[in-house]
Amino acid sequence: MSARTSARVIEHVVCSFCGCLCDDIIVEVDEGEITRVRKACASGRGLFTRYDPTPRQPTVDGQEVDWKEAIAEAARILDEANSPLIYGLSSTATEAQRKAVALADKLGAMIDTTSSICHGPTDLAMQAVGEPTCTLGEVRNRADLLVFWGCNPAVSHIRHFARYSVMPKGTLTPNGRRDRTVVVVDVRPTSSTQAADLFLQVQPGADFEVLSALRALLREKEIEAETMGGVPTAHLQEMAERMRTCRFGVAFMGMGLTQSRGRDLNVSELFTLVAELNQYTRFCVIPMRGHGNVAGADQVLTWQSGYPFAVSFARGYPRYGPGEFSTVDVLARAEADAALILASDPVAHFPRVAAQQLERIPTIVLDPNRNLTTQVARVVFPTACYGVDAAGTAYRMDGVPIRLRPVLPTVRPTDAEILDQIIETVQQC
Amino acid sequence: MLGILNGRVYDPLNEVRGDIRDIWIKDGQIAPPEEVSREEAEIIDATGLVVMPGGVDIHSHVVGAKVNSGRKFRPEDHRDHVRARTSFTRSGSGYTVPTTHLTGYLYAEMGYTTVMEAATAPLVARHTHEELEDTPILDIGAFITMGNNHFIMQSIRDGEREKARDYVGWLLGATKGYAIKIVNPGGVENWKWGQNVSELDDEVIGFGVTPRQIVTTLAWINDELGLPHVPHIHGLNLGQSGNARTTIETIEALEGRRAHLCHLQFLSYAGDRGKRPRSGAAEVARAVNEHPNVTADVGQIVFGEATTMTSDGPLQYRLRQLTGHKWLNDDVEGETGGGVVPVLYKRKNLFNAVQWITGMELFLLIDDPWRVFLTTDHPNAGPFFRYPHVISLLMDRDARAEAFERLPSRARKDVLLAELDREYTLYEIAIITRAGTARALGLKNKGHLGAGADADVTIYADLDNKEEMFAHPRYVLKNGEIVVRDGRLIQERPGRTLHVAPGYDPAIEADLRTHFEACYTISFDNYPVASEYLAQGEEIPCGCV
Amino acid sequence: MGAVLNGHFTLITGRTLEQGKSLHEGKDSEAYRSATALVEMNPEDMAHLELEDGQAVRVRTSAGQVEVPVRAGTVPPGLLFIPMGPVANVLIGIETKSTGMPPFKGLAAEVVPR
Repeated sequence: MSARTSARVIEHVVCSFCGCLCDDIIVEVDEGEITRVRKACASGRGLFTRYDPTPRQPTVDGQEVDWKEAIAEAARILDEANSPLIYGLSSTATEAQRKAVALADKLGAMIDTTSSICHGPTDLAMQAVGEPTCTLGEVRNRADLLVFWGCNPAVSHIRHFARYSVMPKGTLTPNGRRDRTVVVVDVRPTSSTQAADLFLQVQPGADFEVLSALRALLREKEIEAETMGGVPTAHLQEMAERMRTCRFGVAFMGMGLTQSRGRDLNVSELFTLVAELNQYTRFCVIPMRGHGNVAGADQVLTWQSGYPFAVSFARGYPRYGPGEFSTVDVLARAEADAALILASDPVAHFPRVAAQQLERIPTIVLDPNRNLTTQVARVVFPTACYGVDAAGTAYRMDGVPIRLRPVLPTVRPTDAEILDQIIETVQQC
Repeated sequence: MLGILNGRVYDPLNEVRGDIRDIWIKDGQIAPPEEVSREEAEIIDATGLVVMPGGVDIHSHVVGAKVNSGRKFRPEDHRDHVRARTSFTRSGSGYTVPTTHLTGYLYAEMGYTTVMEAATAPLVARHTHEELEDTPILDIGAFITMGNNHFIMQSIRDGEREKARDYVGWLLGATKGYAIKIVNPGGVENWKWGQNVSELDDEVIGFGVTPRQIVTTLAWINDELGLPHVPHIHGLNLGQSGNARTTIETIEALEGRRAHLCHLQFLSYAGDRGKRPRSGAAEVARAVNEHPNVTADVGQIVFGEATTMTSDGPLQYRLRQLTGHKWLNDDVEGETGGGVVPVLYKRKNLFNAVQWITGMELFLLIDDPWRVFLTTDHPNAGPFFRYPHVISLLMDRDARAEAFERLPSRARKDVLLAELDREYTLYEIAIITRAGTARALGLKNKGHLGAGADADVTIYADLDNKEEMFAHPRYVLKNGEIVVRDGRLIQERPGRTLHVAPGYDPAIEADLRTHFEACYTISFDNYPVASEYLAQGEEIPCGCV
Repeated sequence: MGAVLNGHFTLITGRTLEQGKSLHEGKDSEAYRSATALVEMNPEDMAHLELEDGQAVRVRTSAGQVEVPVRAGTVPPGLLFIPMGPVANVLIGIETKSTGMPPFKGLAAEVVPR
């Protein structure tokens, strides 16, 4: 692609910020710069406009070096480590994620994704009880009842309501919002609860109880208590009735379930409720995957290793260990002696004790932007940003894979290219 | 250049029945001997060995969204079945749902070189192609599910089958697929209303079309587009007592048009609906024998762990209800659906015993080995690496009788299988595992060892123990390169994606844009899978029937 | 869990619009810092503890303590909300109960007015 571009309007651009992967973005580019972004939410707009694609040199201990030196140093760190860890993956393309797993395999490393602090419990629940799900188009076309449980899309997935769930007009929902009933379950009022027809305010930590109560009410069991988990039983009755009698219900769930007391057990209870609803009607659940390609990270790690997160290749074959190979646990117990962080910012998002460990061990980071992790890293590779100045593939929250096409010329190396070179350079473990 | 000398060659497509012959290879293809310089050629001494084309699996679930959901949701399947990495191979795990690299290695070590991925939902075809890039050695094509597709059903309803034809032409190109797959036509759409279909003339809710119309229209389209394979059909009422009837009706509904019936065992039960099933293999086999336009693969069950995974949404829900096992469901907008449920086939379970018997009877009662093929509908009826076990049961009636005797006595009462003593010959095994499947798939360069064929060759030790013989080939060659020697993988190389690009009237794209806006959540422009996803693709031509 | 007794609360952390927006300015930006360094409290609880909007308070859990301004919010009595980020993470422990997931939501917390 030529570095000099005259003004043009690019349609059907995909925004890779969050799990919505909106593919209707319009980006205007003039003289190699993004001048306007339309249809994207504020987060998406920031992805395009705040990213400076100017190539930067990689750094080692804060000093600029050339790419070969940086690769050599990264490879040296990984070779010398007895227990290296690769973490992140969720904001890069599958082409790079595949390389990351290949690197972990070659090194005998642990590899984990941001799922472990996000929807890891959802993965555990799916493994325990299954998951009745659907793609977002079924929501658009069929869903007449939406239940948002423990998530706040108005803040985390800003266009979700408008583009995918609450508002859209579809083949069986020609009146859009008016054809749907929206239930939001949360511990406090939020911008999302404001969109609800019915808001159930649950006590913190009581989701499991409330979900169990719903399962019982669905089977027409009597509940004597007047409230369950802070919710009047009468409201739960109403909700159970709505769920049983809808045409096609879809639940969306998030961190309210995965991060609260019970974690995966909360999610299992919701998934079980949804499965049981299929005796009366059709009901599905879609986890609100947060980052733009965390769903892809799950897929890639699974197809190559068999497991979606918290994997160790230390014995030469993949082993699955949530709680053992998951990154917060590994760092808290100081069980990694080197880390490669790909497309994520654990120093910003981990409990402090775990985040601090990343300063104590040699850390390598691949990221288009500076962040709190690049600040403490030994080696930093400023790579291209897939979907802005590099092409790649990402998976939407419902598993639909979409091609990310760049709107700017690719001048920086990509994560996939750097990882490839590191793979070539490191020794087989 | 390479020469395989002095082996006993079985090449049914060229009518070679165990003659001692030399096979010469040059530039990845089988070559006429005069084109090869013997001094420069690497020589494999195949004296006393059996030489066949590489295996061609006509139906297996190995890559893509549904398979990967199956992997993700069954960590218990993987833990005890792992393979360590080596300096040239990747590590892997999994028994019924192996990881991508391991899938390539296991098939290759078993002497198979071409595999058809049995069901890809068009919306997520890109996922299939990404997994194919991580599946080494094998040449793979993907069947694209269309039997519950909204645009097709609308076109049928509106009497505009030409539009459906052009759409299918576009769709196969857009998904880089290989063939038309039909799964429970209309039933998967009805499942989105909590219902199903059970008769060929039931109505699909919201469309007013019937399964019969869907099947016959897609069969017509297949001919119109000149696709190398035929419509690949997973029929109605899979797993249900009495479904042999609708299977036979489906064969008759084709009215002579060619089609392939997949995992026929699951669709060949007699008995009353809702009651205990019996084998209906005799009547189904008769229908297959009488209709030369039909091919089938058996989907033989193998006792042990399996993972059911199909696009048949209502079936998968029913399996959840029957087994109480964990259940995945995935409804795909405007196109299809499906689900995954782990199962365990037990000898002592009467129904499982009936299933085993039904599959065996189909193999033995369908006369023409060119029209009945060996599969386990991996991983639905059992893992693919049990094929050698099934082969041993087909070739050795004593082994089969022994296996039969281990079934519960109630299952063995008044059963036809007890009287069937046919034994498959090596030649016939070569047909049902490679020559016949390649021919049914329209793959002219596979499944045979004539000049010009891809040099995919498997060399077996000639053992009495057929299971051992077929489980551990001595050599496997892919495109003329030795990838397995003495049962061990010695080389990893990328395989090819086999796909078609049928002609179609580009005017259909205007209709599709409208259709996408009306009911999809991805734009028409972002939907097609571009060739950048096919590192090694091979387009198989259309129109050569 | 719901009652306010001697300043004991349940703490949850999560996304906010400001936190999401300010990400793009950089995590060392002033916008990000101020978006992630605050605690939301129910107005009745604030009155009970005699806290003014914007007043600095110490929030303490078993993992650590931070000092942040308090803001009146829509949280119910007994609940505290701090936006996800490095400040909140001082308060989050490392017990994942073998799931990998730290206790980002539902921690026992104390509020000590400065």
